[in-house]
Amino acid sequence: MAKAPILGLFETADNAADAGDALKAAGVAPTDYDFLTDTPYPEGAFGEREEPHRLYIFPFVGALIGLTVGIMLTSMTQMAYPLVQGGKPILSLPPMAVVTYESTMLTAIVFTIIGIIFESRLPAFKQGLYDTRITEGYIGVLVSVEEDQLTQTQTLLTQAGAVDVVLKDGGPSA
Amino acid sequence: MQEGKPLQSKQINRELLVSILNSPKWFFGTISVLGLIVLIAMSTAGFMINQGFGVTGLNRPVMWGFFITNFVFWIGISHAGVMLSAILRLSKAEWRRPATRAAEILTVFSLMTAMTMPLIHTGRPWRTVYWIYTMPFIPYDYARGIWPNVRTPLVWDPSAVYTYLTSSILFVLVALIPDFAVLRDRTTGISHRIYGMLAMGWQGNPRQWKLQIIAGVLLSALILPVFVSVHSIVSWDFGMAVSVKSWHSTIFAPYFVVGAVHSGVSAVAFVLIILRYIYGWQNYIRHEHIDALARLLIVVATGWFYFFVMEVIFGFYGREADEIAVRNLQFMVSPWNIWMMIFVGVTYFAPVAIWLSKSARRNLWIMSLACILVNIGMWLERFLIIVPGLARKQLLVFDWYTYRPSSVEWIIIIGTFALVSMLMLIIARVVPLIPLYDIKEGEILRTEIKIGRVTVPAVFRED
Repeated sequence: MAKAPILGLFETADNAADAGDALKAAGVAPTDYDFLTDTPYPEGAFGEREEPHRLYIFPFVGALIGLTVGIMLTSMTQMAYPLVQGGKPILSLPPMAVVTYESTMLTAIVFTIIGIIFESRLPAFKQGLYDTRITEGYIGVLVSVEEDQLTQTQTLLTQAGAVDVVLKDGGPSA
Repeated sequence: MQEGKPLQSKQINRELLVSILNSPKWFFGTISVLGLIVLIAMSTAGFMINQGFGVTGLNRPVMWGFFITNFVFWIGISHAGVMLSAILRLSKAEWRRPATRAAEILTVFSLMTAMTMPLIHTGRPWRTVYWIYTMPFIPYDYARGIWPNVRTPLVWDPSAVYTYLTSSILFVLVALIPDFAVLRDRTTGISHRIYGMLAMGWQGNPRQWKLQIIAGVLLSALILPVFVSVHSIVSWDFGMAVSVKSWHSTIFAPYFVVGAVHSGVSAVAFVLIILRYIYGWQNYIRHEHIDALARLLIVVATGWFYFFVMEVIFGFYGREADEIAVRNLQFMVSPWNIWMMIFVGVTYFAPVAIWLSKSARRNLWIMSLACILVNIGMWLERFLIIVPGLARKQLLVFDWYTYRPSSVEWIIIIGTFALVSMLMLIIARVVPLIPLYDIKEGEILRTEIKIGRVTVPAVFRED
């Protein structure tokens, strides 16, 4: 049977965390529920699963690419139009270092941005079940369960203190 | 440091989105006036390009005057963004919360404005179109086989400024994603669609928030070296110029960077006071924030003053004839010595004297005055480095000249201030200038601790 989403809205972090505990006790897999908030809460505030990420690779890769591009750009430019200045060598590290440094940092930052967006699983073209009250301060507990378990999950969320439970068909349950 | 009252999410949304979701009566009138000033400035620039540089006060040997002064000034203002956003974020200073976004956006607009200055200063700006058809839309001109000279600071400068501008824009946009989601949820029609696209399907799950926090810290750490390099490289436009002796001081790089922080942070303090007044953000931009900025500025101003004194002392110590000629012009010849006294007075002595008083720091009118004085002084600083240096750059006295800016230059300079003000007001209609989630996070982490007979506000800090 297909899984269906259900969203419980909670007023306090304690109630939302209680809902998470209840879902875990009911045998719902940690990957099947998530907490939606309008502000960052301290890590582990809801007892949520730990999700590893590989964000730190992106700036390193970007920096390497930028460094390579910078060195190639500066050295090839100077060799394409060799201009002797003050009797100094055509390929001179100090001036090349400035442009190379800037291109290293630029590419590192651009790749970091790409990494942030990618690791955040954005853009999410199908947003899924959501309620605008989340950005008013409510904490959403989004659960993905089998369709025949929807009623049971709804009861569980309500008992944990949900002020409202939203189902897939778009309307609030009450 | 927690003088405000507790705030609820709905109230924060309502109050901080007031600039976007409401249309105050003064807005369109103010934009019209500023827009008119910008139009007049653009027409004047067009007149100058059509008639030639003879309509300005520029003449041998003072080939750099108001425009380059203004360029360096706006680059300096842009340093506030990284100072407040990156450094305070890395040090987890709580009082950064209302200041970061306004500072970052001021950075972007002041960089864009700064870049218009060398563009019109080329005299024939249409020649920059070579960049477009040489290698499409990549700003690397090698038309007719003449490649850029990468050993000059005039090539380092655009690479640094473009890097800083691109990084700042991306930094602002990434940090705006959660606030775009709030706007998506608060709007309807075409606004809802646009904000929805910009929010990219943001839901606010723990993974996304964790990455936002890491993004803030990581990007801050990456952008800080760029921030230091940008104004160092701008200072090398002077420090590594071959012909002007008085600019050949190794102190230029840190001197300019600290000066940029000084003018930039003062500008941000002024912008925050204005925003508090026009949008009624007393709950968010509190006296404690302006107080903290002022105390930071005392340190920055004193550092700047030290570098200024060192720069002058190095000149006198070396006793090279052309450097002494420049110092003679700056300190002994009227009206340059008057400008010099005004500059030192309004950049250091007057504002620091104000900031040393707690009641003055917490008086927003007095703080506004101090911040305006600093920016007048810092504009004068760049002018007094550039123009006297060029006016006395040759040992041969017959080539000495002075500089009198024409009305064309005055109008264009005033136009840049109107441009930045107009852009800030327009962007305040599109994005929240105080980050909503940052304020909400501050509310979640605040608490009260009872110590003996007193109950004091406190904030949790996550490591």
